[in-house]
Amino acid sequence: MLVTERERLKDDIATWTGTLGKDRTALIPILQEVQRKHGHISDFAMQVVADQLDIHPVEVFSVVSFYSFLNFEPLGRYVIRLCQTISCDMAGKDRVATQLENDLGIEFGETTPDGKFTLQWASCLGMCDQGPALLVNDRVYTKVTPDMVHEILEACRKTFGVYALANKGEGH
Amino acid sequence: MIATHTAPLTFSTIEKDAGLKKALGMKRSDLIAEITASQLKGRGGAGFPTGVKWNLAAAAQAEQKFVVCNADEGEPGTFKDRVILTDHADLVFEGMTIGGYAIGATEGIVYLRAEYTYLRPHLEAVLAARRTKGLLGANVAGKAGFTFDIRIQMGAGAYVCGEETALIESLEGHRGEPRNRPPFPVDTGFLDRPTIVNNVETFAWVASILFKGAEWFKAVGTQRSTGFKLFSVSGDCTKPGVYEFPMGITVARLLEAVGGEGAKAVQIGGASGHCIPATEFGRTIAFEDVSTGGSIIVFGPDRDMLEVAHNFLEFFAEESCGQCTPCRDGNPKLLECVEMLDNGVCSAQYLQDICGLGETMQVASKCGLGQSSPNAFLSIVKHFKGELMGRG
Ligand SMILES: Cc1cc2nc3c(=O)[nH]c(=O)nc-3n(C[C@H](O)[C@H](O)[C@H](O)COP(=O)(O)O)c2cc1C
Ligand code: SF4
Repeated sequence: MLVTERERLKDDIATWTGTLGKDRTALIPILQEVQRKHGHISDFAMQVVADQLDIHPVEVFSVVSFYSFLNFEPLGRYVIRLCQTISCDMAGKDRVATQLENDLGIEFGETTPDGKFTLQWASCLGMCDQGPALLVNDRVYTKVTPDMVHEILEACRKTFGVYALANKGEGH
Repeated sequence: MIATHTAPLTFSTIEKDAGLKKALGMKRSDLIAEITASQLKGRGGAGFPTGVKWNLAAAAQAEQKFVVCNADEGEPGTFKDRVILTDHADLVFEGMTIGGYAIGATEGIVYLRAEYTYLRPHLEAVLAARRTKGLLGANVAGKAGFTFDIRIQMGAGAYVCGEETALIESLEGHRGEPRNRPPFPVDTGFLDRPTIVNNVETFAWVASILFKGAEWFKAVGTQRSTGFKLFSVSGDCTKPGVYEFPMGITVARLLEAVGGEGAKAVQIGGASGHCIPATEFGRTIAFEDVSTGGSIIVFGPDRDMLEVAHNFLEFFAEESCGQCTPCRDGNPKLLECVEMLDNGVCSAQYLQDICGLGETMQVASKCGLGQSSPNAFLSIVKHFKGELMGRG
């Protein structure tokens, strides 16, 4: 990790302990901020959080390892979580899964080499009446069909790289 | 985004904050007595009488107490809390405020599952509006000396955190591992202070009951299961969505309403509930018969029940917190047996042994997750054995 990046992480964590406090009850909210802004919770981040909260880094590690929305490894800019639970399963989640793997060229649990997309399974998303359902970061998509997968990925791609530049140019 | 196939929910007929104002004009003991008289039982699944729970917390001596709203809604097939939070958040916060007044708490916490992060801006806006209106903060609704506010804390993706003591562990910044009970949260809850943990729907009914009266609520349902209940219906039916029915409705009647006639089985109570075959569709959905937190999953005539059992057991093997052996090691064993059945290499004797293991898990697991995880498997084996054996 670059020195500047470490400094930034340290500053961020100091800001969050400022707003969220340094009690143990603030641990998960702080880790959620780290995850959201930095894409994962590194060894270094766990050490800084532990120092700030005056607890052992192993305590922080054990919490991060417990929750599926907290991750040690860097995730893609867009994390796609496809619901694998019963109602979405019965509604045809397998074909959506296959299409996601085909279009991204990765399997579930993996991140694309360009760091843009991560594909994960999720337990019940609470969209059982409108399955198959998936989350792209915080956003929910329902009644997803295999042919919708391309559109969903394109909507993400439009926010970065040449697409984003091209979009900015539109109309000028 | 929201598909609701019944007429508007009763919640939309409740005058906003009328129940709260009425509650604040009552003595605390009378207020709790009103809830007890309604015989409202928790809508999160376990069905504990709400009035009894609040009475215990009110009686506990402590300088600080807490009201926690369980919005973790992780039970497979359940989504009614999402609909309530979207359409009737005010009513939920009103119920929590009434709870704060009843037990003498100053802080309420909504534990919202990470999967519902997109609901948070809406909920924060509703809370902000309530603060502006003086319905949260110091002297709530003009009641001198009653201070109460509500904050939202996000879950981080763990089904077991819906279990109330695991939820409290998570709020405290720990792994979501259930505690031994007793002590119960009503005396040793969040930060070891007396805490009431209730489901989203329970709080909304509390506010409704205060407005309409215990008698109104009690007039509906059965003698031991009073009132209305929201159901989350999904699976093989033509009209999935959220429905409101009186407690005590038969499975057959419900199937008719949701376009699920011809089903061969219905899973009631989610993955941790029971699988009811067509021969038992005359049974009623109530605490004294088939109980549920609201999850109804319909299985059509062509569904492979072994695949259903497989999906549920994968869920439990994944979501077990790993703290105690029967659940941590039992669920993978049950899952393995389902795979053996699928491959046609499971003897009748082995299946029987594994069912015995399931029964052991029901009694020997530490929390409700492990205690109920074998239910679906056992009921599928019981009712659909012919379908499971002799595959290849
Ligand atoms: C594994 C497990 C998961 C649970 N998940 C939830 C949940 O998501 N929402 C909920 O309200 N109750 C859930 N419960 C029940 C809670 O422990 C608790 O009984 C409930 O929140 C009490 O509220 P009530 O009395 O209003 O229903 C769960 C229980 C277990 C054992
Ligand atoms: S029953 Fe399962 S989820 Fe509950 S404490 Fe034991 S291992 Fe954890």
